[in-house]
Amino acid sequence: MPDRRPPHPLAELTRTRFLEFVREPEALFWVFAFPILLAFALGIAFRTQAPQPIPVGVVQQDGGEAVLRKLRASDGLAPRVLARDEVDVALRNGRVHLVVEPGRGATPPTYRYDRTRPESRLARLAVDEALQRADGRRDVWSARDELVVTPGSRYIDWLIPGLLGMNVMSTGLWAIGFTVVQARTRKLLKRFVATPMSRGQYLLSHMLARLAFLVLEVGALVTFAWLVFGVPINGSLVTLAAVCLLGALSFAGLGLLVASRARTVEAVSGLLNVVMLPMWILSGVFFSSENFPDVVQPLIQALPLTALNQALRSVMIDGASWTALGVQAGVLTAWGVLSYLVALKIFRWQ
Amino acid sequence: MIASVVPGPALRCAGLVKRYGAVLAVDGLDLEVRRGECFGLLGPNGAGKTTTIEILEGLLAPDAGDVEVLGRSWARDSRHLRERLGIQLQETFFSDKLSVEEILRLFRSFYPRGRDVDTVLAMVELESKRRAWFGKLSGGQKQRLAVACALVGEPELLFLDEPTTGLDPQSRRQLWALLERYRADGGTILLTTHYMEEAEVLCDRVAIVDRGRVIALGTPRELIASLGADHVVEFAVEDGATPPSLDSLRVLAGVRDARREHEGFAITTSEVHRVVPALLDALDTAGHRLSMLTTHSATLEDVFVALTGRHLRDA
Ligand SMILES: Nc1ncnc2c1ncn2[C@@H]1O[C@H](COP(=O)(O)OP(=O)(O)OP(=O)(O)O)[C@@H](O)[C@H]1O
Ligand SMILES: [Mg+2]
Repeated sequence: MPDRRPPHPLAELTRTRFLEFVREPEALFWVFAFPILLAFALGIAFRTQAPQPIPVGVVQQDGGEAVLRKLRASDGLAPRVLARDEVDVALRNGRVHLVVEPGRGATPPTYRYDRTRPESRLARLAVDEALQRADGRRDVWSARDELVVTPGSRYIDWLIPGLLGMNVMSTGLWAIGFTVVQARTRKLLKRFVATPMSRGQYLLSHMLARLAFLVLEVGALVTFAWLVFGVPINGSLVTLAAVCLLGALSFAGLGLLVASRARTVEAVSGLLNVVMLPMWILSGVFFSSENFPDVVQPLIQALPLTALNQALRSVMIDGASWTALGVQAGVLTAWGVLSYLVALKIFRWQ
Repeated sequence: MIASVVPGPALRCAGLVKRYGAVLAVDGLDLEVRRGECFGLLGPNGAGKTTTIEILEGLLAPDAGDVEVLGRSWARDSRHLRERLGIQLQETFFSDKLSVEEILRLFRSFYPRGRDVDTVLAMVELESKRRAWFGKLSGGQKQRLAVACALVGEPELLFLDEPTTGLDPQSRRQLWALLERYRADGGTILLTTHYMEEAEVLCDRVAIVDRGRVIALGTPRELIASLGADHVVEFAVEDGATPPSLDSLRVLAGVRDARREHEGFAITTSEVHRVVPALLDALDTAGHRLSMLTTHSATLEDVFVALTGRHLRDA
């Protein structure tokens, strides 16, 4: 009995990929729950706080009492007395950011602090000002302070697009890397190539199945960030969706490439880590990639996660439109298309 | 079933060679499978059956030799061939979390024409497991699903690599019945097995393969007849005295040939009624005490043993 309406192979391949994935509870945790938990933890840790007084230490010796009194007079400082043998430990673990050693007689005091720590440099300025003023220094003039809160300037506003990018990358790479290698070890790929199935469509179905999740995955994180931390989306939702889509396709291509030869799940896990770790560090997920030296910047800018994070931040924070994202879109497209083509070429089907 | 207009054999290969490092898995193998027949490759573990069948299926490239399937070559017509062949690999694990029906639908979608999923489910009698996940099926059900996936494209030629290994006798018979029906519709089958009984029941012709070569070819009946005797008498004697010599057995009345087995001896004969009394007499005279005596009709297994001196199962 012939079939009147035979199912379409690409649709069936995509559908079965999707079903395999939703039937895997662990996968659902990593895709949906984990990024939200991470965003929550980081959002709490880096929440915006009222300015705290700076903790500083005063060495217990002659003249210590006087110094302590002068420092207490300034409300930006929280001074405490330290025995001489406590000093090094207190500095090292950040209990105080700077230690004042009172001078003997007319000798000025000595400041002990680590110059590479920004909070210690800040402490030096505040302590020096407090002591000098107490001893009679007068300001030539005083400026007027105008305090503002820039919307979208909090750490969490900056972090959420980065987490979104990281999530699009890792779920894409893991989901595809694993299913492909598992199908290979189970001889399922060999069974597929024994049919008239199109190999290109098989690989494409992995990319398409990713998109089905993307909506849920991105939606969950963005909604969470908006409800709990008030993270805004200043650009249009359509542009945001388009950026995520392009990012997902790009990483799906990369996932296929990483999985194209590996014979075991262990091998592909190792490879995935090698691919992802540099991007976690370099591509500006948790801290800005501007911190890295200029010589490596061209390399960093060429990474797909850098491009995705930049595009996401432009849309969510700056409200950029699609036209401003040409470079990032180009980088993502190039990675996606090249990876897919190379994967198709070198793929190990047995 | 769409009958092919091209005459000639369903499958032909000549001089196949496949090496894996130092192992010569296939060593100059020739075969011809006629249209509409069921052809069996019978051989022990490691004989090269899977390697041979995968070369014929276009999944492995031979180091030497020619392959022609349905009058076409893999190099030029692979797409055409893929649409006309049904293949079951020796082992395939579908995704554990897809149902029988989903897997079949997927395979059906690859073929431009074929049977619908319900029909195939009924053929392999898996309707009741339609919604069960692959991971939850029994071994026999998994095997039947693998055959169903091979049938869903309505193939002209079916390749089955050990289709009934691991099945209980009832499932095995069900599968045999299914394959008989496929044959009755005009299909051609090439299967491998190491069950001689399966080859005898299913196959029109059998090639016995050992160490990558065909060592005997013919209908099961012809092969058994080549023993020159249709019965086998096996016996063993208790430990102690020196065992009887083969020469002393070969001269007994009605004995065609005698050989050693694991625990005793095997005699081939067409006249069990003469051999057994003579044997008992001779053993008694020599002071041996029988510990075991059985007789059975000769099988392909006996043909293999006669040709190689080894058993199929432990070669
Ligand atoms: N991929 C491979 N790499 C190395 N050696 C292999 C490979 N595949 C098969 N062989 C060797 O080739 C020989 C033939 O193997 P093959 O699988 O064809 O035997 P078979 O007749 O199918 O055996 P079985 O009844 O156990 O399935 C064996 O010695 C096997 O070890
Ligand atoms: Mg085999």
